[in-house]
Amino acid sequence: MKGLWAIARRELQSYFASPVAYVVFTIFLLLSGYLFFNALLYFNLFSLQASQYPWMAQQLNINQMVIQPHMHNFVVLLLFVIPLLTMRLFAEEKKQMTIELLLTSPISVGQIVLGKFLAAFVVFLGLIVLSTTFPWIVSAISDIDIGPILTGYLGVILLGGLYLAVGVFASTLTQNQIVAAVVSFGLLLLLYILPFASNALPGPMAKVISSVGFAEHFEDFTKGLIDIPALTYFLSLIVFILFLAKQIVESVRWR
Amino acid sequence: MIQVQELTKRYGDFEAIQGVSFSIGKGEIVGFLGPNGAGKTTTMRILSCFMPPTSGSGSIAGLDLFRNSLEVRKRIGYLPEHPPLYPEMTVRGYLFFVATIKGISKREQKAKLSKAIEQCGLVEVQDRLIGRLSKGYRQRIGIAQALIHDPEVVILDEPTIGLDPAQIIEIRRLIKSLAGERTILLSTHILPEVSMLCNRVIVINRGKILASDAYEKLTSEMDRGQRLHLKARGLDVERLRSLPGIVDVQSEDADSCLVEAEQGKEMREAVSRYVISQGWGLLELTSKSLTLEEVYLRLISESEGYSA
Ligand SMILES: Nc1ncnc2c1ncn2[C@@H]1O[C@H](COP(=O)(O)OP(=O)(O)OP(=O)(O)O)[C@@H](O)[C@H]1O
Ligand SMILES: [Mg+2]
Repeated sequence: MKGLWAIARRELQSYFASPVAYVVFTIFLLLSGYLFFNALLYFNLFSLQASQYPWMAQQLNINQMVIQPHMHNFVVLLLFVIPLLTMRLFAEEKKQMTIELLLTSPISVGQIVLGKFLAAFVVFLGLIVLSTTFPWIVSAISDIDIGPILTGYLGVILLGGLYLAVGVFASTLTQNQIVAAVVSFGLLLLLYILPFASNALPGPMAKVISSVGFAEHFEDFTKGLIDIPALTYFLSLIVFILFLAKQIVESVRWR
Repeated sequence: MIQVQELTKRYGDFEAIQGVSFSIGKGEIVGFLGPNGAGKTTTMRILSCFMPPTSGSGSIAGLDLFRNSLEVRKRIGYLPEHPPLYPEMTVRGYLFFVATIKGISKREQKAKLSKAIEQCGLVEVQDRLIGRLSKGYRQRIGIAQALIHDPEVVILDEPTIGLDPAQIIEIRRLIKSLAGERTILLSTHILPEVSMLCNRVIVINRGKILASDAYEKLTSEMDRGQRLHLKARGLDVERLRSLPGIVDVQSEDADSCLVEAEQGKEMREAVSRYVISQGWGLLELTSKSLTLEEVYLRLISESEGYSA
């Protein structure tokens, strides 16, 4: 256990020793801020019109028009951002041969993988916490239902966990950071588009394939629901992918 | 302390080591010699539990390298060929990290950290970033990293590479001071280092062990006969060669030559008497044993299929 914390702490330290984390934070917040306030302005315009056409007012729902799109923006933005946060984790360790230190120390590979995942997760949580300023500002100036925001953010955290696990896994495959980033981006994109791509397939198969993708599970959270199957989907997939990553690192020993 | 039997490691089709067996007793300092690509690093990586062999087995302190890997790793300090350093950390921060993952308790950490920093001459640089330090300092951090948890067995892959002469002496002294309690296996290309530090040498070439013996034994065994260095004014090599008991005489310059006598024969007296009787002015007569260099080169070239 002590090994796990040591790995996580060291990893966190090196996140903030390199410019990558800062650049990623800045770009991410700028983009999500731009998208958020754009949605807000649109909502503003819409409500101005609604004051002239009362029938429009019924559709006026800040949760649906601002908060839900905000959550959906995460799906895409994180797709680009998380591979950049995870690409270094094992690739650099292999390249610098520091993996030799880790694997000859009396700690298990499980601890190494979890420690690294944990560090990346903490960085990601920092990003998410910063991004809550946008809905927080809105909730300060308007009357807004806080429930869907909370479940939405729970969804985002689970989604981020899945992205990070995939990123960690990709990083174990290579000693080249760029390759690691591209592979995790590709895998995540695949998981994202699976439901759209299964439209042409026969009924039952399409259902199975689309449920492997994360889109529909994530959707539930943004609607203000915490449903157990979705929760199970994310948690079990994260555990499974991290397990694969551990197997890959161990297999380095067998080559 | 260290025991390996019939280790073989294959990278694809290529056998990096084949049937490597040796054992090292507690407290020994053993030098591991061999040309580039001989399989030293490969063997050391197996011993340090970084990777398993394709076949064969080994144990350290009676613990199997693979079944008890975790326990073995607690007892080993390992300096890989490339010191495993994180450039963005400070020296102290790095060693603290290593101490933690090596399982040193919080209580002991501080003392062990200071000791390692002191031992390896890192006091002045302890708060600097590793990435900004010179190669020699990085090597020393690598050594500090291997020693920090007071391991019973220390495996050092070319420990003095990249150090300045003063530091080499310092580090050799450090290694020497570890002897007794600890068992040390070190690889190097600097042969005098081996004769200085080690009780025993293991010579490997093309993945096979060629010799594994005490340094003195190795040199005397390879010695075909006694060798004398003779310096005398007016020396005539041809006449000297006809003296019974002498195998060969090689002249070095006008006044001196190298005399090779038959195995097990003490020839100094006979040679000096002969020199005097010939009226040559005897200036110098010393007995010379084979240097490790000569032994090593002879072993390697014999294994390559032609004799030296
Ligand atoms: N990962 C690898 N894949 C393929 N071949 C390898 C690998 N590692 C080592 N080898 C080969 O195995 C052989 C032994 O290498 P090793 O590094 O053990 O030699 P060495 O004795 O340490 O040499 P040096 O004195 O140059 O450090 C070499 O021919 C090398 O090319
Ligand atoms: Mg080597």
